Amino acid sequence: MKPILELVGVTAGYGRIEVLHGVDLALPRGAVMALLGPNGAGKSTLLKVASGQIRATAGHVHVGGAHVNGASPDALARAGLCTIPEGRSVFPNLTVRDNLRLSTYAGARAADVYGTAFDRFPRLAERANQLAGSLSGGEQQMLAMARALATNPAVLLVDELSMGLAPLVVRELYEVVAGLAADGVSVLVVEQFADAALAVADRAAVLVHGRVVATGGPDEIADELANLYLGSVT
Amino acid sequence: MSGLIAFTVLGLVTGAGYAVAASGLVLTYSTSRVFNVAHGAIGMVMAFLCWELTVQRGLPGWLAVLLVVGVAAPLLGAFAERVMMRHLAGAPEGTTLVVTVGLLIMLIGAAQAIWPATARPVEPFFGQRGFRVGSAFVTYHDLVMVAAALVVAAGLYSLLSRTRIGAAMRASVDNRELLRLYGARTSLVSALSWAIGAALAALAGILLTPVVGLSYFDLTLLVISAYAAAVVGRLRSLPWTFVGALLLGLAQSYAVGYLPPTEALSGLRAAIPALFLFAALLLSPQATLRVGQIKGIAGVPVPPARRALVSGVLLVGAAAAASFALPAAQNDQLALGFVYGIVMLSLVPLTGYGGFVSLTQLTFVGIGAVTVARLGTASPLGLLAAAAVAALVGALVALPALRLRGLYLALSTLAFGLLMDKLVFQSSLAFGFNGSLSVPRLAGLRGERAYVMVCAAAFVVVGLGVLALRRSGYGRILLAMRDSPAGCATLGLNMRWTRVRLFALSAGIAGFAGGLLGGLRQTVAATDFQLMGSLPLLLLAVVAGVTSVSGAALGGMALMLLPVLASAFPALGGLVYLLVGVASVGLGRDPNGVVSHLFKLGRRREHWRPAPARRPPSSASTEATRVSSAEAEQSSTENNSGAEHSGTPALPLRGAGVNR
Ligand SMILES: Nc1ncnc2c1ncn2[C@@H]1O[C@H](COP(=O)(O)OP(=O)(O)OP(=O)(O)O)[C@@H](O)[C@H]1O
Ligand SMILES: [Mg+2]
Repeated sequence: MKPILELVGVTAGYGRIEVLHGVDLALPRGAVMALLGPNGAGKSTLLKVASGQIRATAGHVHVGGAHVNGASPDALARAGLCTIPEGRSVFPNLTVRDNLRLSTYAGARAADVYGTAFDRFPRLAERANQLAGSLSGGEQQMLAMARALATNPAVLLVDELSMGLAPLVVRELYEVVAGLAADGVSVLVVEQFADAALAVADRAAVLVHGRVVATGGPDEIADELANLYLGSVT
Repeated sequence: MSGLIAFTVLGLVTGAGYAVAASGLVLTYSTSRVFNVAHGAIGMVMAFLCWELTVQRGLPGWLAVLLVVGVAAPLLGAFAERVMMRHLAGAPEGTTLVVTVGLLIMLIGAAQAIWPATARPVEPFFGQRGFRVGSAFVTYHDLVMVAAALVVAAGLYSLLSRTRIGAAMRASVDNRELLRLYGARTSLVSALSWAIGAALAALAGILLTPVVGLSYFDLTLLVISAYAAAVVGRLRSLPWTFVGALLLGLAQSYAVGYLPPTEALSGLRAAIPALFLFAALLLSPQATLRVGQIKGIAGVPVPPARRALVSGVLLVGAAAAASFALPAAQNDQLALGFVYGIVMLSLVPLTGYGGFVSLTQLTFVGIGAVTVARLGTASPLGLLAAAAVAALVGALVALPALRLRGLYLALSTLAFGLLMDKLVFQSSLAFGFNGSLSVPRLAGLRGERAYVMVCAAAFVVVGLGVLALRRSGYGRILLAMRDSPAGCATLGLNMRWTRVRLFALSAGIAGFAGGLLGGLRQTVAATDFQLMGSLPLLLLAVVAGVTSVSGAALGGMALMLLPVLASAFPALGGLVYLLVGVASVGLGRDPNGVVSHLFKLGRRREHWRPAPARRPPSSASTEATRVSSAEAEQSSTENNSGAEHSGTPALPLRGAGVNR
């Protein structure tokens, strides 16, 4: 079966700076793939290409078998590609409820969104009318994940879910990822620190200097990781 | 007592009109972070259109209002958003401000071209009919105005807080890119907010026309009152904006009612919106320091000292040659171009290096002109005195405005310009009411040619000074301050003192130019230095290139030529303004202006870059390469702007999960 997300020979960057130099990556349907790599390898850039925020200067991006190089991020989002970018991906000056209401742009009903989000994260229900910017970092990330839960996407792209969060919260968030995967959502998680991601992943890829240097099962990659990272230094 | 009620009613009614205008301004600003200086101009054009439809075309009033407010204005707003603002997301506030100044000038030019100046009396709706409230008489028009404000308040409140698109409007301020990842069509969101904003501007313009009259400038400047009210609401809060609008309306009404009708105080009355704006700006709490930004920041190139010197000598030589080739009358125009060039040079340190937008540079020119006229000497020391007085005033303006930043600072310069217009320039201290002053030319200068040479030489000297400033440590501090105020604060730089000196310097250069202008014109009047004249000046300076001396030269000549062209080819008059407006759109792409484009054109050919793979090979001509490399230079946000229309791709994604 064709992979749900596939990058073939993708190069991309910012203006004159090329960051990805020919990336090949395939996310199989229903899989959870961990994308690992050192700082500045281009992981976030890769997610931006996949979600339509940056256009690939060469190569092809396929989502669900369709060629989507020129598609806009909002069109992709409405088509079922949910992207949670780096940092807190919520609107700080909107209430929790308004944040959730905006999730309905991806094509869910408002009542369903509130129901799903508040069931899974009761802490959000308590703070429904509070500004999202006044939530703790973990609660903000829950709010972001609530969007993934409630909109029922086909593909979920997550960047640095664990950034700056306590291990307990990280575990809770990854449980949500695992739950989504069990429901059939294909997931690509980008992580700096491998352990949490590899625990839920069934595939892994390592990006170094804008190229995918290894792909394989999580265990193989975990064993090789130190070598791959160190190899990147030379 | 009966007077009090009547004036209160009048104040509340005017305030209601301001509230409608201000709420539109707040809506567009708070959803697109672009402060629309042209808000009043949109209202002005739409009021003219409404007059055209009712008086000229004989449409019934309600239909005309419906067509203008419901169709024409929203279309204009959405169009302005699409054409002008699309590339400005994330651009520095100064750039967006200047682009809307371009829109304002374009709209005034268009209105003057379509509806030539004649008297156009406008009847209020329902004529003078009305009813009595106690001792006060309320016309039905007043009632409509108040009702409109109430409807607008209720409508905006429910739009923003009750609907999803309202939430999206508020969200797009926080993070537009993220909103797109949520699946919202952000272009639609901002187009809608601009459409509503323009409709409100139109409504306010039409309702207030019977009060202020159908005039290009009065209706455009009405926006000052809207600014004042919007600043009371911190450009965010609609309820406070309404409070501000009502307070301003009342203040104005009571001033008309209770201030004794002397000549001096009549100026004060007209200056009340500006005073109110000034007070609101100074009293409102300020935003926190901005940390550095990369996008839209212009690197400022400096030519080596020797090349600058050679260019300067060549310029004076060229001026000499041109002055001999041209007849005497044109010589004055040439000198005027150089004088304008010096005024633009005064913007180079302030706006180009420092990133501060001054909407009222011509006011300082006026101060310089008044100084030489009052001194009445033909000695060159008069020019230095003009510079000194203007610099002093510049420092005085900078002092109270020390706390202000960015947009608020720009607005305070606007208020200052208006105050000078209404209070100082009209007073006996300066030109006197509708008066003018005569200025002697510099001693020892015979004829127009000599004056051209003096102006050209003065331009070169000031230009070299500005370049020396850029190379100095002070110049580097200015750039650092522009790029990251917060970074400078943590380094312990005293930004206040730096800023006061910068304002004084810029005002001083402008005052010096004012002295030269006085000698050139030999009679000067208050109308030469009005706020409205400062706007094209700023626009041309920035369009030509406000970061370089060559840009100032180009801008000065262009400013001198524009009216010449417009009067030589009346048919082209509007077109010229249109051109300038369109050029200002390019600012979103390159804040260094036209000059930098000219320089780059040569360089681009050398750095040939392969066109992106998706382009067909046939289009890989030089032209296409330039376009594509220009595209590639923009950062990620802009890369997508073209893709926004591509619609939903035919994705078989939904339900594509494995075991769903
Ligand atoms: N907006 C930008 N403009 C220019 N260069 C950028 C921009 N964003 C990222 N880069 C560059 O692209 C490279 C890859 O960045 P990217 O954010 O993709 O790395 P990453 O793998 O996500 O790193 P991290 O693990 O630190 O998040 C870096 O060298 C960075 O300097
Ligand atoms: Mg990253």
